[in-house]
Amino acid sequence: MSAGDKIRCDACPVMCYIAPGKAGACDRYANEDGRIIRCDPLTLLDRRLAKGDEVKPFLAAEWDGRTASGDDLVVSAIGAGTTYPDYKPAPFIVSRDIEGVDCVTVVTEAIFSYCGVKVKIDTDRHLGAEAATVRHQGEPVGHVTTAEYGSRMLSLGGVDHLTGGSKAEGRRTCEALLALCGKQAVELSIDDGADLIVQAGRAPVVDGEREARMRVGCGSAAIGMFAVQWKDHVDEVVVVDDHITGVVSEHQAGKVIGWPDTGIRIRGRRSTPGRYFGVAAPGLGWGGTDIDDPLAILDRWRPEKGARPGLSLLMVSTTGEHAAYFVLNEALEPEPRPMPAPLRESVDLIARNCEPALCTVLFMGGAGGSLRSGVTRDPIALTRSVQEARTRVTIGGAPVHVWPGGGITVMVDVAQVPDGAFGSVPTPALVAPLEFTVAREEYLRLGGHASAVRELADVVRSGGEYVAQARVIGSGG
Amino acid sequence: MSVGPQAAWLPDGRRLHLNHGPIDLIVDADGPAREAALAGAQTRFATLLSTLVQDLPALRRPIADAPVAADPVARRMIEAAAPHAATFVTPMAAVAGAVADEMLRALRAAGPLRRAYVNNGGDIAVHLAEGETFRALGPAGELRIEAGDAARGIATSGRGGRSHSLGIADAVTVAARSAAAADVAATLIANAVDLPGHPAVQRRPARDLSPDSDLGERPATTGLGFLSEAEVALALARGAACARGMQDRGLILEAALSLRGQVVAIPRPALVGRRQPQALPA
Repeated sequence: MSAGDKIRCDACPVMCYIAPGKAGACDRYANEDGRIIRCDPLTLLDRRLAKGDEVKPFLAAEWDGRTASGDDLVVSAIGAGTTYPDYKPAPFIVSRDIEGVDCVTVVTEAIFSYCGVKVKIDTDRHLGAEAATVRHQGEPVGHVTTAEYGSRMLSLGGVDHLTGGSKAEGRRTCEALLALCGKQAVELSIDDGADLIVQAGRAPVVDGEREARMRVGCGSAAIGMFAVQWKDHVDEVVVVDDHITGVVSEHQAGKVIGWPDTGIRIRGRRSTPGRYFGVAAPGLGWGGTDIDDPLAILDRWRPEKGARPGLSLLMVSTTGEHAAYFVLNEALEPEPRPMPAPLRESVDLIARNCEPALCTVLFMGGAGGSLRSGVTRDPIALTRSVQEARTRVTIGGAPVHVWPGGGITVMVDVAQVPDGAFGSVPTPALVAPLEFTVAREEYLRLGGHASAVRELADVVRSGGEYVAQARVIGSGG
Repeated sequence: MSVGPQAAWLPDGRRLHLNHGPIDLIVDADGPAREAALAGAQTRFATLLSTLVQDLPALRRPIADAPVAADPVARRMIEAAAPHAATFVTPMAAVAGAVADEMLRALRAAGPLRRAYVNNGGDIAVHLAEGETFRALGPAGELRIEAGDAARGIATSGRGGRSHSLGIADAVTVAARSAAAADVAATLIANAVDLPGHPAVQRRPARDLSPDSDLGERPATTGLGFLSEAEVALALARGAACARGMQDRGLILEAALSLRGQVVAIPRPALVGRRQPQALPA
């Protein structure tokens, strides 16, 4: 940051110089990339705005008259300043005029001690064994969990890493979670596995290489999808895959279109015809295996089953990222040759049918304990109302999945939560905005703080006690 | 794009919210002159910030340099900072409290009031007629000022407030003769709650955070990692020593210091607390 980047705010007579990324003395106007923007504690999300729309500041005086009572406008908890411990009603359902007390001078935030993230990394590459420890700056912050289709899954955070281990472990865990929830890049390393850079909504970087594509399917699925297109252009196709390697001449998809035998032999464990497990160890090479030379998975060809000089062979990975073309010589050994154009097109087709590889991050946390008492005097009633879907839960205005069963355990896609919504406290634990939306009658039935209910239009107009205006920002949807 | 002073009733229709730039006031008054008092407060508020800012360059200088100013709020700030000239402090440490004091003066000028307060973001100036009480929730629980107490000001300072702290206190709440006096004291006690050189304390030159900061290149606290209970207690003890020194000099009535769940209270001395209230500076 150079001093020259500071800009002068002319919103009031103080005329603060504001450094980049900082707010002025009022905490209401800030310098964002050289522009003065409003950053009020009260945030409204206008779901009508397209995803990624710019921050749209407005003053109450310039309010365009659109009704704020419709379903499109959500009052968010971001920056609302919740209370912990929750001995008084939460902001914006609170008058702060507590019995016999004139003012409250200290407010803090609601805290998720029980929270973590689930990270889905679209790659076939081997990142680490299931249950292997995932580290951030050397400290254990989570583990590799069950792989999903075309993706590797990590489970990070949780109360045992946040507060159950060493202090350094808790700190590194909290930092990693906060960065991931804030859509920032985080470096992770997996014991006996890969080094990763993970960022929500971006391609994963595995051992320094940016992953481009998610596989079109396993090797067997690829055979099923493309067998017909290969039929007239090549004598044999092997789709190399860490999970199931497919061989078109043996595969059911080849048999049904009359594909002749080729005498090929695959080193690996045959599952069903044309489908092989364990052709190589997991790794960062072809199709998530550790091989760089695809011929390593082939055994000697058998002439009695159809192998002959001049027989052509395409080997390709499940993303089309690796491909090679061979022709058998007089000794029935594959020799590399330039790939004919029609086959090159089929490889490109595989690549085109792959979705872009992404990292996706779901925040998961439990909103139990005293947090609920800020919303209603009868906390169990709120839990039941949420479970029965009469009370809607959002995080920063983004829809959540409420896990069935006891308590209020929610998951949210951090990509849908506005920037800057997550924070942390030194406990360590994450702070996340959490909103309960409920019809007034239901709210009162729950034992809600009736006297503290305010009209939305009033919140928009006057904000909290210390806030004269509000801002509307894009939230997607 | 400058936005002028704004006044609005809070939803309860009773308390007045005044805003101009960084100033947010919650104002309330009870008593025969309530209407006139609130009207007078709005009139005073209309010009308060625009004249105060003219003295800002002087107010950002250390009190030891004996800065001079003409504006009434600026003079309150200098007066409140003056007893602390042995330490580094600028009159800016009193700005929020001084604004509250000046606004309370405007309220009271309109006529008799039973009870009134001006809350400037937690720095509060209070008027109490005989028999009246003011109660506020602070980090150490309820803080109560009665008409017979010497204090007419409450202020809270700490990490994470609007202004930068040189210390690590979560919150220090002080009751003193005026809001300005409480404001300076809370700021300095919060600065004294500290663990110099501790690796868990993150600091940056204040000027990097706000180019205008009166703290200049002094390292403002920007983050705090894990502290052991003993370290928390040590930091609080340093702040408590500072607070007791102020109390011995009659600069504060009482204080409560909090950090990471530990609270140290410096209660009012048993005999000094119930003096006749001293008049606020006019």
